[in-house]
Amino acid sequence: MLANFAGVLFDGIAYGSLLFLISVGLSVTMGMMNFINLAHGAFAMLGGYVSVSLLSRFGVPFLASLPLAFIASALVGLVLERVLYRRLYKASHLDQVLFSIGLTFMAVAGATYFYGPTQQPVVLPDWLRGQVSLLGLDVGAYRVFLIGVVVLVTVALGLLIERTRFGAQIRASVDNQTAAAGLGINVSLVFSLTFALGSGLAGLGGGLGIDVLGLDPTFPVKYMVYFLLVVAVGGAGTIKGPLLAAIILGVFDVAGKYYVPEVGAFVIYALMVVLLILFPMGLMRRKA
Amino acid sequence: MNAFTETETQPVAKVAAMLPAPKLPNDRWQPLEIVFWLLPIAAYFAFPGYLVLISQIMIVGLFAVSLDLILGYAGIVSLGHAAFFGLGAYTAGLLSVHGWGEPLSGLLAGGVVAGIAGLLTAFLVVRGQDLTRLMVTLGICLMLFEAANKAAFITGGVDGLSGMMVGKLFGTFEFDLNGNVAFWYSFAVLFIVFAVMRRVVKSPFGLSLIGIREGVRRMPSLGVNVNRRLVGVFTLGAVVAGLAGALLAQTTQFVGLDSLGFPRSAELVIMLVLGGTGRLYGALVGAAVFMLAQDYIAGLNPTYWQFYIGLLLVLIVLFARGGILGGLERLLQLVKPQRKEQP
Repeated sequence: MLANFAGVLFDGIAYGSLLFLISVGLSVTMGMMNFINLAHGAFAMLGGYVSVSLLSRFGVPFLASLPLAFIASALVGLVLERVLYRRLYKASHLDQVLFSIGLTFMAVAGATYFYGPTQQPVVLPDWLRGQVSLLGLDVGAYRVFLIGVVVLVTVALGLLIERTRFGAQIRASVDNQTAAAGLGINVSLVFSLTFALGSGLAGLGGGLGIDVLGLDPTFPVKYMVYFLLVVAVGGAGTIKGPLLAAIILGVFDVAGKYYVPEVGAFVIYALMVVLLILFPMGLMRRKA
Repeated sequence: MNAFTETETQPVAKVAAMLPAPKLPNDRWQPLEIVFWLLPIAAYFAFPGYLVLISQIMIVGLFAVSLDLILGYAGIVSLGHAAFFGLGAYTAGLLSVHGWGEPLSGLLAGGVVAGIAGLLTAFLVVRGQDLTRLMVTLGICLMLFEAANKAAFITGGVDGLSGMMVGKLFGTFEFDLNGNVAFWYSFAVLFIVFAVMRRVVKSPFGLSLIGIREGVRRMPSLGVNVNRRLVGVFTLGAVVAGLAGALLAQTTQFVGLDSLGFPRSAELVIMLVLGGTGRLYGALVGAAVFMLAQDYIAGLNPTYWQFYIGLLLVLIVLFARGGILGGLERLLQLVKPQRKEQP
């Protein structure tokens, strides 16, 4: 029973860390540009399809496909930000929601056109299959790998934001765009690069997550709520908030589906409504 | 917020010239509106083979009007309005499955149940900002969807609720396969509810909603309890959505799980924006254009349909704010600009 619980907890954390990886970019774009981007899942889907294509059609090894998924999503994010998104930073939230729903629909239709409506299979390398024993607990090897990658990425992201010049520029732009621009920071360039970074991380998450989340053209719609949830519950514009929220949601979702399968996804939506009522501004709020 | 910036950047006299002269609420029916309402009747005689589609357009139009109240007038971004539509539909459906087939009382019951749910939801919705509102409405809609999905012994789950026995309207008119009765029933309900909503938005209450949308910080200083008005309009929107849902359930004698789904909420927002928000008629025009286009293009290929609707949304947001009616209004302004200069 206890080992069972530990297993659920572990799976929940792995699931949550994947959610965090995909959503962290969304948190930054919402906090920084005040942009509600419902199309964020489309970037994750793009990363997933890039990864699948590289693996099955070009025989690229699994580990090498992940950075390429990151780069592809980041590039597409950069181009879209420069061409389309930046026109809408000052627009109303309704316009942003509509615009990004439109992009999502186009991404879904595009993916169906090129890859068909079915689930994409992913063949993991041998060393990521099966179970490994960790502290006397049998857990999926891929889950361990997933958590490892997310920990690495999170640490790198934390260092980037807290310790580098670019990170300082990001923080300054989030806090006060006008003042940051007045200090000579090229805010629009910082926005573009941050957007690209967020999209790239989503792509990486999409590539990593095929085995856990699955990959089919409805991916951006199916998981949109989860990504938004992580950001809305965690508080936009921070790293720690979405991390905490993603882990909580991941654990509750996995536990809910394991222990009370008859109520299904109900647990997570109820949790969301409760959390949003208790913390209307998110669990962590960035102090300006 | 717009009102603030405009006042600050432009001379006061210029702003005053841009606004219509202050007047009391005027809800006299314009000739153009009367023509508009004659269109469905003309369609009834011109396309007798499409009565089912026309009825559905009117019902979805009613649903879009309910969203226009809360989104177009009060400015609450809701991505879960299908929750109330579905509640109304399931209420009317379940009543008639369990032997209460009288249509009018079923319709009212759908509106009442949706209204109660709307009232309860409204207190959560007005608490937050745009993102929180969006998530709460979405979350409640998804919860209801899950509930209806899992409670298959009541709702039929994914198979939908069938076996509805809807009685005769007024005890005389039986719902026929051609959709004659369904057409007139839908048309009458749409027209009556629309007329009431039209009166509401032209009343001081409706004007205060526009005030809240344009400058929420100023309204308390005019003595307006913003949250109470938002709760009021959200409940009203939910009632109308419930009526639309009940109407669809009764005329099609079926309730599908998709009546609660996210795609329905999203499509509804698209219709409204396509037609133009904050005009009531925009909701009807948008619903008609959307449904006709869907009927035509989705028949060719559903995937293309989704792609084009996405492209259309992006283009509307970037280039055509205000939708179809907004564009028409701008054209009218070009044709007769002298109207502006009248004192």
